[in-house]
Amino acid sequence: MIPSLTPPAVRPLPAGSPWAPIATLLLCLGTQPLFAATGAPATALQADTPQVDFKRQIEPILEQHCWKCHGEKKQKAGLRLDTKKAALLGADFGAEPVILPGDSSGSRLLQVIAAEDEDERMPPRAAALDSDQIELIRQWIQAGASWPDPTSKEQGLFTDHWAYRAPQPSPLPTPGQMDWVRNEIDRFVLQRLEAEGLEPSPEAERETLLRRLCLDLTGLPPTPQQIERFLADDSEQAYEDLVDRLLASPHYGERQARAWLDLARYADTNGYEKDERRSIWRYRDWVIDAYNADMGFEQFTLEQIAGDLLPNATLEQQIATGFHRNTMINAEGGVDPEESRVAAVMDRANTTGSVWLGSTLACAQCHTHKYDPFSHRDYYRLFAYFNSSEDVGPGDGPRLLAPTSQMQKREELAVAELAQLDLELSAWEASMETKLVQALAEASEREADWKQIVPSTYTSNEGSTLALLNEGTILSLGGNPSMGTYEFSFELPAGPALQRLRLEALTHPTLPEGGSARSTHQNFVLSEVHLDLLPLQAGAEEVPISLARASADYSQPGTPTWPAQATIDGRPGTGWAIGSGVGQPHQLVIELEAPLELVEGRRVRLRLDQNYGGAHMLGHLRFSVSSESGDGSPPFDGRIVQLLREAPLLGGEHDGVLREWFLRNTPLLKEPRDRKRELEARDPLPTTLVMRELETPRTTHILERGSFLSPGKAVTPGVPGVLPQPDADSPPNRLGLARWLTSPHNPLTARVTVNRLWDQVFGRGLVGTTEDFGTQGELPSHPALLDWLALQFQTDDWSTKRILRRMVLSATYRQASKLSEELRKRDPQNRLLARGARYRVEAEMVRDIALSASGLLNPNIGGPSVFPPQPEGVWQITYNADSWMTATDENRFRRGLYTFWRRTAPYPTFMAFDATSRELACLRRSPSNTPLQALALLNDPAFIEAAVALAGRSLRAPAARDEERMTLAFRRCTGRSPNAEEQRVLLQLLVAEREHYAMDPDAARQLIHSPAALGTEGLDPSELAAWTVVCNVLLNLDETITRS
Amino acid sequence: MQDPNKRGSSRRHFLKHAGSGLGVAAMGQLLGVPASAGQQAAARGPHFAAKAKRVIYLHMAGSPSQLDLFDEKPALAKLDGKEIPTRFIENERFAFIKGVPKVLASPYKFKQHGESGANISELLPHLAGIADKLTIVRSMHTEQFNHGPAQIFLNTGSATIGRPSFGSWLSYALGSESRDLPAFVVLNSGSYLPSGGASCWGSGFLPSVHQGVRFRSQGDPVLFLSNPEGMDARTRRRSLDALAQLNREHLSDSGDPEIETRIAQYELSERMQTSVPALADLGSESQATLDMYGVTPGQASFATNALMARRLIERGSRFVQLFHWGWDSHGTGPGDDIMTSLPLRCEQTDRASAALVADLEQRGLLDETLVVWGGEFGRTPMNEERNGSKFFGRDHHPHAFTIWMAGGGLKPGLTYGATDELGYFIEANPVSVNDLHATLLHQLGLDHERLTYSHQGRDFRLTDVAGSVHRALLA
Repeated sequence: MIPSLTPPAVRPLPAGSPWAPIATLLLCLGTQPLFAATGAPATALQADTPQVDFKRQIEPILEQHCWKCHGEKKQKAGLRLDTKKAALLGADFGAEPVILPGDSSGSRLLQVIAAEDEDERMPPRAAALDSDQIELIRQWIQAGASWPDPTSKEQGLFTDHWAYRAPQPSPLPTPGQMDWVRNEIDRFVLQRLEAEGLEPSPEAERETLLRRLCLDLTGLPPTPQQIERFLADDSEQAYEDLVDRLLASPHYGERQARAWLDLARYADTNGYEKDERRSIWRYRDWVIDAYNADMGFEQFTLEQIAGDLLPNATLEQQIATGFHRNTMINAEGGVDPEESRVAAVMDRANTTGSVWLGSTLACAQCHTHKYDPFSHRDYYRLFAYFNSSEDVGPGDGPRLLAPTSQMQKREELAVAELAQLDLELSAWEASMETKLVQALAEASEREADWKQIVPSTYTSNEGSTLALLNEGTILSLGGNPSMGTYEFSFELPAGPALQRLRLEALTHPTLPEGGSARSTHQNFVLSEVHLDLLPLQAGAEEVPISLARASADYSQPGTPTWPAQATIDGRPGTGWAIGSGVGQPHQLVIELEAPLELVEGRRVRLRLDQNYGGAHMLGHLRFSVSSESGDGSPPFDGRIVQLLREAPLLGGEHDGVLREWFLRNTPLLKEPRDRKRELEARDPLPTTLVMRELETPRTTHILERGSFLSPGKAVTPGVPGVLPQPDADSPPNRLGLARWLTSPHNPLTARVTVNRLWDQVFGRGLVGTTEDFGTQGELPSHPALLDWLALQFQTDDWSTKRILRRMVLSATYRQASKLSEELRKRDPQNRLLARGARYRVEAEMVRDIALSASGLLNPNIGGPSVFPPQPEGVWQITYNADSWMTATDENRFRRGLYTFWRRTAPYPTFMAFDATSRELACLRRSPSNTPLQALALLNDPAFIEAAVALAGRSLRAPAARDEERMTLAFRRCTGRSPNAEEQRVLLQLLVAEREHYAMDPDAARQLIHSPAALGTEGLDPSELAAWTVVCNVLLNLDETITRS
Repeated sequence: MQDPNKRGSSRRHFLKHAGSGLGVAAMGQLLGVPASAGQQAAARGPHFAAKAKRVIYLHMAGSPSQLDLFDEKPALAKLDGKEIPTRFIENERFAFIKGVPKVLASPYKFKQHGESGANISELLPHLAGIADKLTIVRSMHTEQFNHGPAQIFLNTGSATIGRPSFGSWLSYALGSESRDLPAFVVLNSGSYLPSGGASCWGSGFLPSVHQGVRFRSQGDPVLFLSNPEGMDARTRRRSLDALAQLNREHLSDSGDPEIETRIAQYELSERMQTSVPALADLGSESQATLDMYGVTPGQASFATNALMARRLIERGSRFVQLFHWGWDSHGTGPGDDIMTSLPLRCEQTDRASAALVADLEQRGLLDETLVVWGGEFGRTPMNEERNGSKFFGRDHHPHAFTIWMAGGGLKPGLTYGATDELGYFIEANPVSVNDLHATLLHQLGLDHERLTYSHQGRDFRLTDVAGSVHRALLA
């Protein structure tokens, strides 16, 4: 409870008053209802009369405890308490008043709810009302039992609400202790403190201020160099210069973007069941750039809400509209596209309301808002602004090719070089005829090693029919089983010993798309090949033939791979497949372990298991054998083999194909060809999701109960009626909306925005409910200051940097955060600002601090999202085989905001530190303090890596003694030097661990794994391990993860 | 009214009439300490005397076919292969069915079991053996017919993402009875997580400490539970001692009580390093128990999770949520049809589900534990035949499905509710998802209309704006 906000009705109670215990209790706990009762509207801050808000505080009590018997359905004792008229008339249908406005003790209502005697007390046979509820009712009756007529609700009952009136300029206060004041902010804060009889806290230590500023403005802790530099600079300007340096740092934009991305519900996947990836990181980078360029919040709003509608919209302005393309997309099978589209539009309306207006509109999507003055119709008028965009679920269009200018340049160079290479290669082609003929001859020669064999029996065990074609090949026809085994037997002619078996998977016009497989994807998976020698005499045993090696002209790349060797690995779950090479003949060559002597009547059986399912079955097969052992070179391109069989020389219809093949494969052209391949495999230019307007706008209807199936009356785009309306000539589209959001008449946007920035650097908004400026939200602690900031923000051209600069230059900001017993009692939430704020930093910053302190941090800005280490099995998504490929390069150590954000399975350590799934906008993270956080910081491999790296860094430092190294490491984590006691504790630990790891070097090596990546090569493992334990402790210090 | 303290967790006037229940003490000690000084967690204990103290919810993700397991419909056999009468499907939307679908009879035989005569299919022989302990509801219905939204609706009472799940409401209301295990634990089996994802056990706008803690079946049961390789327990002990000393040193300097909480949480994390592996170590279970559930130690399975559920509630967890994926029997192939796939899912779950109920009873825990089994919706009486598939399967069906419950003061041996001759619509005693929640909360001593949390200006409930207690289900 904030003393100044404590109503006189409570504060002056004499000790003997029956209400005194309650008052004391409420004072200690800061209980909400009373707080709300006494937190008067902005302009009434100095007024002394406590105001009880009927709608918020009294009606819910009546509803909960009384209406069941005294409401619309039942009127026991002829009393009805749900309408003003009936309630004030009283019991016996008006004959017996129960509420006497201004006379609480004479009011029967209060008597019965407060009765000690259970027989008399209301409600009967139920628990009594809480004492604070009784007190509220007493205050309410005493103050005149004001009961706003509910029918007038939409006609302006709420227009009196402070937040819906324009911010008012007020004269700057003149507090007594003007020498404490550094800027205007301090005058408001100090005046209030003086009124409370409180002193501001002394200025924080310089080291603390430095770290506070670094974290608040860039999200990164100060480096030892920054510390030295700042401590060494004792000029007047030092602090201000530091602030300016930090605001100019490119990491400033990252810090601001991190916060904004929660509001923008930015994520790298679509959400819902399939949760597929999307590409929209260019929007994330747009936000970083916009903050770094200090784009005015007016323009920032305009481009994100309506960048696509601006005349001659630039690529960047279109990328900005990604703000509202961050909505989820449901691609589940049975989704109604319209339902999905409407859900996204609702999210846009809700998010716009929360982010810019600090208003919760979502309630009004089903019915007129219960507390705030937003009607059902208001909601759909706002909805209408967003209802004519092109996007429809479940697809993710419209998308835009969105290269950065650097990428664009690289792309142009690549295209030019490719054209040049093509010219060079075709010049070669003309002169290559003889070489080609030679190569073809060689190929034919190799092919001559092979002798076709034709099966004498051929069966399929599941549904399909195998047919022998004239060419001696086998075609699979008829039923199309999911999986199965083909079985063939061959009679082999006597001759030289057999060394190799070849299986050609040929195409055939009757197969899907004229490919080589039975599946509609044209792919097959050959799981296992078995070759058995059949006995010469009936009754004898068959003998399995050992297979040594399998190779193919092509096998499917990717994860998992589908290599030829998998066909003889004895594992039914693996196999050879040809995905991305479908539609072409391919060949598989199997070498026998030992040559197979061929005598007359020799028979072998070949079984081809195909276990994958989904009809991934071979379609058309040709078999051959060779008595030559392979020379180790991979099998020839199956397509060329087939062509050569048809026409072994040039001059036929296949010349073009043969030339192309030759150019692709001859070693003579390796260099230009490789370069071409490299260029062709370059990353495609990134795309990004954008808003685009339909040519003909949709008609918007009020949706009854929020259901897309129940359209009601049509509405036009418009803003809530309770707020000042846009100019008459404002266009009825997103452009008009965006301009209205930041128009000088809008009472909310500037206040909501500066309040959020205040929250960011003071740990708590002037309005604590940063997301709700409505009647259910908190009242501002310093209303005049909030208005001053809101107006100044607009005067400063909506410059975020300038308003932040004002905040952090204030004496208020520079106070120490030390919490005295007195302050802890009087103002636990620090609403009065008599001290600096102290709180655990946000999830991403926990990571950034560890990376920065350990020197691992890769400071690159922007780019596609990255995959730092995360435990196995976190990604396990229904109907989606996507897997987390942990970065092993420099992207392993990027700042938290670049971590790939999968909505159904967000990065677990961030979740432990209260990040959200980003399925919806998160207006305020709800901070917790849990053992799961302790476990993550102690054991997450990402933090262990940081500890190892910090240990390595400390050992490499040019320092002679442990104490010096310890001081340096401690400083990197906390921004200050350890005191003697802290040194002692840490050194004691170091000594113990040094001893331990010296005796157990194996354990040391386990702990400090992967030295190459962590820059710890060459260091003594035991020493490094001992320091790692110490650094693990340093990274776990409350102070390390706290901004104070 | 929400406590607006930015760095403090939201806290409400909750259960105003409750005294300081068991929960206060328990919660404060567990995963339940909100950030910021001197604030109590919300748990205050029940509104009235509770019949049940805890819940084990066996969510059969993908949704089993009620028509092949619990709701026998001889009329389907008569119409098998014929087009369904159009009166049933006027204005219907299906997830996958196109055109006029044909009726599909159940290929499975049903029999009456036990004294209660509960009608259960041959696919669930073990469940049939405990028929008299079950409360079967054949008249469940839902509003959603896609997995994600329907699962989120079933778990949070609203299809809108962002509401707290049942388990987190319970954690918020009653806390945990354990000093070193979470109040709300999630266990998953069957290859995939449920389609609704983490929202199915999210805490929505409740403080994040109330979200379900997912125990994993591979690696550490709780993420990052094990010390890093090369760091033994003694080194860790020395580190934690040093850490506590340094944090205490800083506490005396800064005066921030949040540091005290952090010190306590590090201590708790160390206790969890012992308690969680002890929980997951099935070595103390008799062979008879393992056999009863069908558990092969060391092998992740539904059976292992069912046994873990019992061990968790024995140790004081409040809500244990199991998901078993794979019931989505569309019939596009043998992997998801009712001839091959459905019997396989039954085989994976039947023995352990029945064993769980019997085991709880043997240990005297069933009276105070609610066990619930069911999917997020039902399946159609018609064959889906997607793209002309020859495999038998059924599409999503929101209008009627069956769940069973046991224990927790429910009426055993009761079969409640009825559907029409084809099992298409409900004819008697419809039970909505909100009704189910209201009824379960009632057994837990909580009035679903009074269990509220204010967020963005509105008092939210698990049952949203609906739900009533079905007293006929109560013993």
